[in-house]
Amino acid sequence: MLADKDRIFTNLYGFESPGLEGARKRGQWDNTKAIIDLGPETIVDIMKKSGLRGRGGAGFPTGLKWSFMPKEVKERPHYLVVNADESEPGTCKDRDILRNDPHTLVEGCLVASFAMRAHACYVYLRGEFIHEREALQRAVDEAYAAKLIGKNNIHGWDFDLYVHHGAGAYICGEETALLESLEGKKGQPRLKPPFPANMGLYGCPTTVNNVESIAVAPTILRRGADWFAGIGRPNNTGTKLFCISGHVNKPCNVEEEMGIPLRELIEKHCGGVRGGWANLLAVIPGGASVPLLPKHICDEQLMDFDSLKAVQSGLGTAAVIVMDKSTDVIKAIQRLSYFYKHESCGQCTPCREGTGWMWRVMTRMVKGDAKVAEIDLLHEVTKQIEGHTICALGDAAAWPIQGLIKHFRPEIEKRIAEFSKVAAE
Amino acid sequence: MATRKLIVDGKEIEAEETITLLQACEQAGAEIPRFCYHERLSVAGNCRMCLVEWVGSPKPQASCALQVKDIFPNKDGTTAKINTTSPYARKAREGVMEFLLINHPLDCPICDQGGECDLQDQAMGYGRAAFHRFNENKRAVEDKYMGPLVKTIMTRCIACTRCVRFATEVAGVPDLGATGRGEDVEITTYLEKAFASELSGNVVDLCPVGALTSKPYAFNARPWELKKTESVDVMDAQGCNIRVDTRGPQVMRVLPRLNEEVNEEWISDKARHACDGLSRQRLDRPYIRVNGKLKPASWAEAFAAIAAKVKSTSPDKMAAVVGDLAAAEDIKALKDLMTALRVTNLDCRQDGAKIKGGPRETYLFNSSIAGVEAADAILLVGANPRHEAPVLNARIRKAWLASGVKVANLGPAVDLTYPAEQLGTDINTLAAIANGSHPFAKVLSAAKRPMIILGSAAITRSDGAAVLALAARIAGDTGMIGPPGSHAEGGWNGFNILHTAASRVGALDLGFLPGVSADGSGGRDVAGIVQGAQKGEIELIYLLGADEFEVDRLGRVFVIYQGSHGDAGAHHADVILPGAAYTEKDGLYVNFEGRVQRGRRAAFPPGEAKEDWTILRALSDVLGVKLPYDNRAQLVAAIIKDAAHFADVGGAPIHADTSAATWGGIGQTGALDTATPLTAFIGDFYMTNPVARASETMANCSREFANPTKLVAE
Repeated sequence: MLADKDRIFTNLYGFESPGLEGARKRGQWDNTKAIIDLGPETIVDIMKKSGLRGRGGAGFPTGLKWSFMPKEVKERPHYLVVNADESEPGTCKDRDILRNDPHTLVEGCLVASFAMRAHACYVYLRGEFIHEREALQRAVDEAYAAKLIGKNNIHGWDFDLYVHHGAGAYICGEETALLESLEGKKGQPRLKPPFPANMGLYGCPTTVNNVESIAVAPTILRRGADWFAGIGRPNNTGTKLFCISGHVNKPCNVEEEMGIPLRELIEKHCGGVRGGWANLLAVIPGGASVPLLPKHICDEQLMDFDSLKAVQSGLGTAAVIVMDKSTDVIKAIQRLSYFYKHESCGQCTPCREGTGWMWRVMTRMVKGDAKVAEIDLLHEVTKQIEGHTICALGDAAAWPIQGLIKHFRPEIEKRIAEFSKVAAE
Repeated sequence: MATRKLIVDGKEIEAEETITLLQACEQAGAEIPRFCYHERLSVAGNCRMCLVEWVGSPKPQASCALQVKDIFPNKDGTTAKINTTSPYARKAREGVMEFLLINHPLDCPICDQGGECDLQDQAMGYGRAAFHRFNENKRAVEDKYMGPLVKTIMTRCIACTRCVRFATEVAGVPDLGATGRGEDVEITTYLEKAFASELSGNVVDLCPVGALTSKPYAFNARPWELKKTESVDVMDAQGCNIRVDTRGPQVMRVLPRLNEEVNEEWISDKARHACDGLSRQRLDRPYIRVNGKLKPASWAEAFAAIAAKVKSTSPDKMAAVVGDLAAAEDIKALKDLMTALRVTNLDCRQDGAKIKGGPRETYLFNSSIAGVEAADAILLVGANPRHEAPVLNARIRKAWLASGVKVANLGPAVDLTYPAEQLGTDINTLAAIANGSHPFAKVLSAAKRPMIILGSAAITRSDGAAVLALAARIAGDTGMIGPPGSHAEGGWNGFNILHTAASRVGALDLGFLPGVSADGSGGRDVAGIVQGAQKGEIELIYLLGADEFEVDRLGRVFVIYQGSHGDAGAHHADVILPGAAYTEKDGLYVNFEGRVQRGRRAAFPPGEAKEDWTILRALSDVLGVKLPYDNRAQLVAAIIKDAAHFADVGGAPIHADTSAATWGGIGQTGALDTATPLTAFIGDFYMTNPVARASETMANCSREFANPTKLVAE
């Protein structure tokens, strides 16, 4: 269990003031100049050594991502874009950072932009985040007023931070769709390559990072790579915000060590599963996009990227959705299918046509109004979408259903059998 | 050019790094299915039909979206392997095809695209014909209004966005777009307005399915019933290459034909859709005016009436005017006939253009159409290429997209689909550019490949000759043409005349211009002929399809009208000789860049109508001045004898003459008519010639786009 001294987000619950003064008390903006003085190479180096993996879901090493930016600024300026379009069902970690600890992000934007030689950073906020935008804007204004950021700031790196409010489309959380949206176009993912580090915002070198990845950077740089790398497990280091929702007694957001056992996470921080651990049916461990895990896997499961990958699921955004035995798991996944059908941008064929198909079949399966052979059909449709699309939304739509079929096929078959029995009578 | 090695289906190739993987695979001989990919549009990568297997990659790759330079060798350094026919690639495509078809209506039997549908064809290759397993309801989409030319059946749409990209990129009219999200994506004109482009018909060709089809052609024919004839368009002077599809005697539709140097693969809506005018208002038998009324007559009677009049009229009282759609053969035959009759009042410039004959470089679009792409500054003088040559305008837009060519427009402010500096309508501005006091003169001087494009509105002015002289001076001063040491030395020639009549350059090449009569006096031009007619100095006029000048002012002159349509000329005729329209005869046409191209007969002329040169040949016999050719081959040989370049059909003209004598001879220095502003030459794009005026489709377009020339929004 993570010791209090190792917490990065010390005001996650908003017990103290989110303002600049409060943030300073918690150690933020403490001699940031010293971090800047390390120079870009050293900063990227420390980030690499810390083993921080992107907190947005894919888990790509953050330091490595930063190092992809050109080493020199040529005719095109560099940009940092922070992805605060937190829309993954079950996920609410960035929300609390923006509300209660926004200065971690503002400071992180400064040091990350400096490390990537960017003088401007855009924070793309989810459309529904009204209060969060206000909170972040307040923090940004405070930082400007205190000359922590802006032109001729005390850190000696001219830096502008812009808060941009999205219009509420899930797909705009995909990094290239986010860039399109930020440019004022329809939020549809771009073809890659070229990757944003080469052709990003307005065709300039750009790095897109999750809020949490950026917000933890200043603390890592202050306390050192070894400190961060010493927490968690190899290749899955550091602390992580977990968002636990669903059938637990006390749903919460909590900062914990990477690799914490799922059961410990739920029982220590959330008061356990409703009706006890034995009443657990399944857990979606990383937000709606990853396959669910049935109880027998959850018993011993560690919560980090590699351990979850080993059981064909994923850490994703670490949004743990707990379902107890009262859950209609087919209905639950059907609802997720509807979400993906609704949020598909419609650009490329497999996702546009496939998400609707899957949702319709799932809807029938909730009732049991299907043939057993259609389970295989459904599985094949998910396979026809997965990996064939421009962005990962197709994969995200396919995985929950694959997880359902893999772990709860008997449940579906039972439902079908019951329905046809009733229909026959 | 950097290249990279690839192994495509076991065959090693060396591909340029800048091309797409799809193109590289095609170079290796593989066939890649596609819907959204199109060579002339930006890459969308959304249909996912072109998936191929890149051995070692975790996912199949969209070959249209990957450049060869993105294909890195395997980790062990061996050449990357691409499989286009492996079970893996095939399965991926079959999956995509299934997705495309689940919401597609499969109404091929009642779809106009049937038989030439990409989806239909590729479903043969990648469809799972044996069974279908989509048990849900299919999506239905409301049809959209896109104007009088494009019919929509949007349920068939597969959202490839080719049409949207064409509208935005090539046509430069962002009227089309996709709204909605996910399976609710719809292609629309947003506000149910017409797709206001002169190139709108091209989206029908681009649409890989039957979502966008031709409205006038709806349910008219199946592609396999049609006879396809390769020909040349005459609706403007660009000479766009077309394919004329006929069923029996009727032209069913006109489609573009690929010619990179002329029209790429686009044609204007007029070229495509004026074809229904070919079966209306046709002159299908000779007529003679008796007591003020046109009466049907036989060919012999008509010829006799002409012969009687010719016999009683002295050559200086006769005149002939060539219309805008005439082929070189017709022009040559008429000229030879008139020369034999010692007539010198000849003209082909119905619009009164102040162009003279002489070296071809003085009246051609010398930069060539493809050359526009190399230009870095363009000065339009009295030219609106959007209406006078829409496909050329698309080329200028292409150049602007690629290199940001600076365009200035001296003439009425119009939306050219690319930004142009509007210089106003004062002709004095041209003088200011010529003497270097205007800022754009510096732009032209600084440019490496500057162009000046003179439109008909400029050269048909009363001071047209002075305008031409000024333009030639600008061209010389800013290095558009000779002398050695200028930009032009590398073969560039930036002096361009943008003609609007398909026959014009051919007629100028053949010298259908006022001649010198026996007594040494000059022949009359069109204005002189009209004037003479009113004064009684002209008694007989021969109109070869000439309808675009003031025929109603010809007074009591004996008018012989030879042409295809009952238009202005025929209304004032005393004898009508029914001729063939451009789809009904073999003929040579010379476009404004001087390129000779051959139109071919797709159908026979209606009724008793004949190919035009044969009419003239027959008439010459009656008049006792028999023309010396019995077939078209002999006639073409005679044409080539007059102008050798007619032998080079399709070839790119080379305009190397940069001598001072040539360029000094353009126009005539004189005072400018500064009181008269420059005006638009074409009032109604859809109504510029007898065929278009007879077309119902063009009438609909004219009504829809009643105010086609929109002012540029500030």
